[in-house]
This record gives sequence, structure tokens and C-alpha cells, in this order.
Amino acid sequence: MLHFTRWKMIAILTVVVVGLLAALPNLFSKETVESWPSWVPKRQMVLGLDLQGGAYLLYEVDKQDYVQKRLRTLVGDIRKAMLQEPRIGYSGLGVQGQGVQLRIRDLSQLGEVEKRLEPLRNQLATSALGGTAVNEFDLTVGSDGLVQMAYSEAGLNQRIRQIVDQSIEVIGRRIDQLGTVEPSIQRQGSDRILVEAPGLDDPERLKTLVGQTAQLTFHLVDTSVSPTAGTRKPGTIIVDSNDTPPVPYVLEEAPLLTGEDLTDAQATFDSQNNEPVVSFRLSSAGARVFGEVTSKNVNRPFAIVLDDKVITAPVIRQPILGGSGQISGNFSIQSANDLAILLRAGSLPAKLTIVEERNIGPGLGADSIRAGKIAAIIGTALVCAFMVMTYGFLGWIANVAVIVNVILIFSIVTILGATLSLPGIAGVIITVGTAVDANVLIYERIREEYRAGRSAIAAIDAGFQKALGTILDANVTTLIAALVLFYLGSGPIRGFAVTHAIGVATTMFTAFTFTRLLVAMWVRWRRPTKITL
Amino acid sequence: MAYLRIVPDNTKIPFMRMRKWTFPLAAFLSIMSVILFFTVGPNYGIDFLGGTVIEIQTKDAKPDLGKLRSTLNGLGLGDVQVQTIGADNSVLIRMGQQDGGEEAQQAAIGKIRAALADQAEFRRTEIVGPRVSGELAYNGGLAMLVTFAAIAIYVWFRFEWQFAAGSIISAANVVVMTFGFYVVTQHEFNLTSLAAILTTIGYSLNDTVVVYDRIRETLRKYKKIPLGDLIDRAINDMLGRTVITTVTTLIALLSLYIFGGDVIQAFTLAMIFGVIAAIFSSICVAAPILIYFGLRQDQMTKKEDVEAAGKA
Repeated sequence: MLHFTRWKMIAILTVVVVGLLAALPNLFSKETVESWPSWVPKRQMVLGLDLQGGAYLLYEVDKQDYVQKRLRTLVGDIRKAMLQEPRIGYSGLGVQGQGVQLRIRDLSQLGEVEKRLEPLRNQLATSALGGTAVNEFDLTVGSDGLVQMAYSEAGLNQRIRQIVDQSIEVIGRRIDQLGTVEPSIQRQGSDRILVEAPGLDDPERLKTLVGQTAQLTFHLVDTSVSPTAGTRKPGTIIVDSNDTPPVPYVLEEAPLLTGEDLTDAQATFDSQNNEPVVSFRLSSAGARVFGEVTSKNVNRPFAIVLDDKVITAPVIRQPILGGSGQISGNFSIQSANDLAILLRAGSLPAKLTIVEERNIGPGLGADSIRAGKIAAIIGTALVCAFMVMTYGFLGWIANVAVIVNVILIFSIVTILGATLSLPGIAGVIITVGTAVDANVLIYERIREEYRAGRSAIAAIDAGFQKALGTILDANVTTLIAALVLFYLGSGPIRGFAVTHAIGVATTMFTAFTFTRLLVAMWVRWRRPTKITL
Repeated sequence: MAYLRIVPDNTKIPFMRMRKWTFPLAAFLSIMSVILFFTVGPNYGIDFLGGTVIEIQTKDAKPDLGKLRSTLNGLGLGDVQVQTIGADNSVLIRMGQQDGGEEAQQAAIGKIRAALADQAEFRRTEIVGPRVSGELAYNGGLAMLVTFAAIAIYVWFRFEWQFAAGSIISAANVVVMTFGFYVVTQHEFNLTSLAAILTTIGYSLNDTVVVYDRIRETLRKYKKIPLGDLIDRAINDMLGRTVITTVTTLIALLSLYIFGGDVIQAFTLAMIFGVIAAIFSSICVAAPILIYFGLRQDQMTKKEDVEAAGKA
């Protein structure tokens, strides 16, 4: 147990030295580390939001809202399909639960109905390779003329997954435009998106930029009926303005243009009254449509609708043929800027709701770290003193081993790029406990063997041999617990499990190699014949 | 030079004779914890209940809580609790779940921000929606159960089934008592508390396996001594180690408790309790269970023979 070949010794010491080097950058500020020469390791530990402050926003796709809107467009699409020549007579077309249904009058046309509706089932590409294609909707054509198109479980799930992917892309584009923060945007589960912005002070701006659907549509205003009148034409909708109190408008339901027709948007100032406005440019197809509509509807108002709110409803003074225009709507400089960013980055495919939000101010995180450091230094000093009081020089060896152990944990966390959070620090503390325990187990065993009558060196040898078996069993048990928690847990549980699992591994490493090596070196140096423990 | 020895050599505490008292005590504490858990219940934080917590630092050195309370309760957000935390001008604002789900929660936080913007700095806001809070509790519980199952299988293979059952019951005992600790103290139970409980599970398993390892060794060495005496001998032989390890762990935790700042204070207190519960449980629950479950000394010998045969 006390004999090490030269190569083993070199290997052990190399691991320790590499560990120390990898952990080293954490002692310095980011700026200092960056000024170091390129061959020095520079990677620093990623601190969790609870330690460094920042915003944690968990969004969920609003399924209900999405399904309602999607089914409404499906109703429109079905109507269009039925109106194609030759027309198919139907009644009772409308949304029913998670689908759309209608009744066909002439049963002999059912075959034709099926043919026309088949493309509307909307085949969705599956992301998994070799997966079977899924249709968004199931189509059932009853022999009694009742036709239903409803979401299938698989179809809806697949659609939500696509929405999450698209949303992540859009959010990424929006945040890129912001330029200042570097949040991480991740899929979480099937229908959630996690946005984490370390170091961000005020999450409100991030929230407006990330969470806003930013669905922009242009509609003609129907001025022939009053919005408060009980009846209105089919194909029109009532939309409130974003004023307080809101003013209702009657709009033609089918939009003239949508945000997709925009190629650019910029925040500028109105040339006449110097108010912040958002100027936009349309694609060539969009410009053509807009030109035609504005030519035909001079002196009629049209409305610009953003997320189901009319933000402005100017009257068309003259045909707009150049394909560009501006949106005014009581903007501040920042809100005009934000809207321009949103329009450039595109709209979210569905509404996102914040289901969990945590914002930690940088001050609080810094306080926690400062207090934690003081506590760690005092705790370490006291534990070291106690170990030396109990074991003398061997106590010093144990202290060195435990400190190296903790440094190794931090270096592995640094190398892996894992995040250190407050529960993670708890994982380190418990490791200090078990690491001290490993040393205590060894020393107590040596003591026991010596008292049983072995020579000093034989007792040390036997002590290690027997204690290491115990240490192995105890640590493998905790390692299993830590690994299960890592795979099943999320958030703080995972944060705890990472450092705990790493800690158990480093504890075994130090107990089996480093402590043993130190004790062996001590034995070779002092050649003890007596053990005072 | 003589070093510090807390436990004198040749200590012979008759732990297994004391089990007539200690085992029922452990059982009593566990059952009380369960009863308290279901009757009084822990003081769940927003992580499990949903709701909003805001920590602010007021610009006045001495915040006027009464004024804050009336401002906030005037916003029409239901019951808003206001309390100071720590020594300085930090104020904690808590608010239950809003009717109308996640969007109402967002609207509520906006109102509070607007109302307090000029008199305070927002140090922390946490909003947990109703859907997430349920999942957090479910996932935490699931992770714990699977952990127990995995550990049981490992210990069963390395030792005997009695040891597997003992280590799980002992760890469960620690978990239940730590829950009881949270109920009795009414410290807020949140995700960090869950991390504290997981930590004590880790500590408890580690300690139990160390004790079991020694019992197994003693069992193999002395085949004629009654099981109770054997276990006593094993525990007493280990007592020096158990005390030294406990003392060092407690030193580390206590310094965290005293100097570590108020964010982790409740958390370290629970761990201190958990570590003590773990030590108690290893000796007073895990060890006697081997007797109650009828561990036979020849079981160990047989396994040893098999192992020896395997190596030959």
C-alpha cells in the first residue's frame, strides 16, 4: 500500500497540478485572466443565477390560444376550399372542441370533399430521422355528411415542438439585435423555452422583447357600421385599440399584409412632428398588394394591428406605391426601437406565457458569495485546526488532501463548464464532510491496527488497506444517489447533484492516491517506529 | 505528545441493549413527523405553492412597513405579506397565486414594480406559476424514490437484503425527521430545502454504509458471539471515527450558519439537524434493524465462501 512506482507518483502529482492550474483562473477577475498569455488556462467557473444575479424566464407555449387561432384559420381555409368551382354546399361550419366540423348537403360530393380537404391536413415533417410523417389534423368523412378535421394527439405535439423550435430561433434573432446581454435560450420539455440572462439587472426589457408575439397585420377598417351596433357583416371582426380607454374598430378579418411581408423596420422620427415612429419596407409582393389596395381605398382608414390591438388607424390620403411606410402610435424612443427589433426578427408562431420567473439582482448574489467565502475560510480553518489537534502531522496531511480535493472539484466544474449554484456549494460542503471522513477512517484504522500489536509501518499499510474498502463502498453508494439525482432532477437538485457526484469521485481519487502518496512520502522521510495518534 | 481524543479507547456503550429505548424513540419521532406533516404541514414556499416573492431594499434606512403594507394591499392583488429580513433595510413581499393564472401574476408584478419603483431597489423577484409548482414537487419526490431504489439494489448486492432494507429505512427516517424539523420550525420549505434534504440523504447513506461495513467485517471475524454484542463491538470500534467526522462536519456547517449570510441560513440549519439525525439513525435505526430483520451470521459466511470460490 505504501509503495509507489515512479510513474504512478508522476501520474498522481500531474493530476493534482493540472487540477490546481485549471482551478486557478477562478481566483482572479475576468479582466485579469484575459490579459494572461494564451497558453495559460483561462476558463472560469460558470456561476448560477443565484450567485451572480440575472434573470431566469421559463416560457410555455399557450396551447389553447394557439389551437383556437389555428382552428379559426382552418375554418377560413375550408370555406375557401368548398367555394372552389364546382361549389360544394355545406352548413354548420365551425370550431368544435379541438377541431373543425361541417355538414355536407349533397352526399354524392363526399369523395370530392375528401380530395379537397386532404391537403389541409398539413403533413408535418418529423425531426427524428426515419420517423413517420405526422399529419397535423385527422380527417373523418362520415357517410351521413358530417365532416370533421380534428387535432390528433401526435399532430398537436409535433406542431408544438415545431413552434418551440421556431420560437427559439425568433427569440435568438431578437436578442442578437439587443446586443448587450448574452442569454442562453433552451428548449425545456416538450412545450417550454428557458431563457437565462446572467448578470441582467432589469428583466422588463428582456421580457418585452422575448415574450411579445409581435404578430403584425394590416386590415381595412369597415366604417359602414358602428362598432357598438349589434350586427356586422360576416368576415369582419372587432378589435380594440391600445389606448386607454380602448376604442373598438370593425376590421375586415382577412389581413391585407402581415409582418412576413416586411423586409425591414427601423425606429426613426416623424419628419413633421418629430415623434418616434417605426418606418418599414415591404417585400416586392407586399408592396404590390399594398399599392393596389391603397389605390382603391383612398380616403378610407386602414388599421395596423399588433397582437390583437389596433396601434394606429390612419386614413389613406393617397396610394402608397413605394412599398414603404411608417407606423406612428405614441411611441417612446425605446418602444419604437423595440417594435422595430421585433418586426425585423419576426413574430413568434404562438403566444408564450411566463410560467416561472426568477430575477436575482447582482447585489444579492454578490452578498451571498462574499458571505459564503468568509464562512468557507473560517470553516476550513476550524476544521484544519481540529484535525491537527486530533492527528498532529497526519492531520496536516489530511488537511492538504481535503483542500486539494475541494480544488479538484472546482477545477472539474470549471473544465466541464458546469454551473455552480448555491445548492452546488452545498454539494461541495457535504463532500468536505465525506472527504474528512475518508481520512478519519484511514487514520482510525491505522491506530487500531497499531494498538492491536502491529509495527508502525505494517499498521499504516493495513490501515489503508482496510479503510479503503469501507471508503469505496460508502462512496459508491453516495455516487449512485448523486447520479440518479443528476439524471432525474432539474434546477437546484441538479445543481446539487453535479458537485456532489464530482466530489465523491475526487474524494475517492484523493483517498486512494494522493493521501496515500503523502503518507508514504512521510513514512519514507521519518521512518516512524511509533505511531502517536 | 498526546493528541485530542474525544472518545476514550475501549469505550463499550451497549447500543443494542439501548435499542429498546432508542429504536422506539426513532419510530416515535418519525411517526410524529409524518403526523405533523399531514396535520400542521410545512410552510411551503412559492416553489411548491406558486405565487410571488419580491425582495426589495428600501432607500430609507428604516422601512415603514405599515405604509408599504397599505400601499401594496391597496393595489387589489389579494393578501400581500410584508416582512423585514436580515438586519438592514431588506423587505420581503410575498403574494399568493393570482386568480387568472400566469398572466395575472405578470400583471401583478408590474403593478408592484410601478408602485415601489421610486422608493426601493428590487433585489430579487421570483414568480412561480401554478403548473410549474406542481411539477417541481412531483419531480423532486420522484427523484428521491428512484434514488432509494437504486441504493437498495446496490447495498443488497454488496451486503445482504437486511442491510439494503436497513440503509433505506434509516435514510427514510432521516428524510422524514428533517421534514418534521421543517414543520416544527415552520422555516419556509422550498427547492433549496429539498437540496438540504438530499444532502442529508447523501450523508446518511455514507454513514450507514460505513457502519455496516464494519459490522460485516466483525461478523466475519467472530462467528460465535451473539449478533447484538457483535454490532455493539463494531459500533464502539468505530465510535472515534463517527464522533470526529461528525464534529468536523458540524464545524463546517456551523461556520456556514453563522457567517454564511441569510440566504443559506435556513438551509444550513436544516443540514445541521439532518447530520445529527443521520448519525443517530445509523446507530439507532440501521444497526438494530439487522437484528429485527433476523440477519443470521452464517448468511455472511456463505457469501464469503461464494466470493472466495469466485476468486479461486
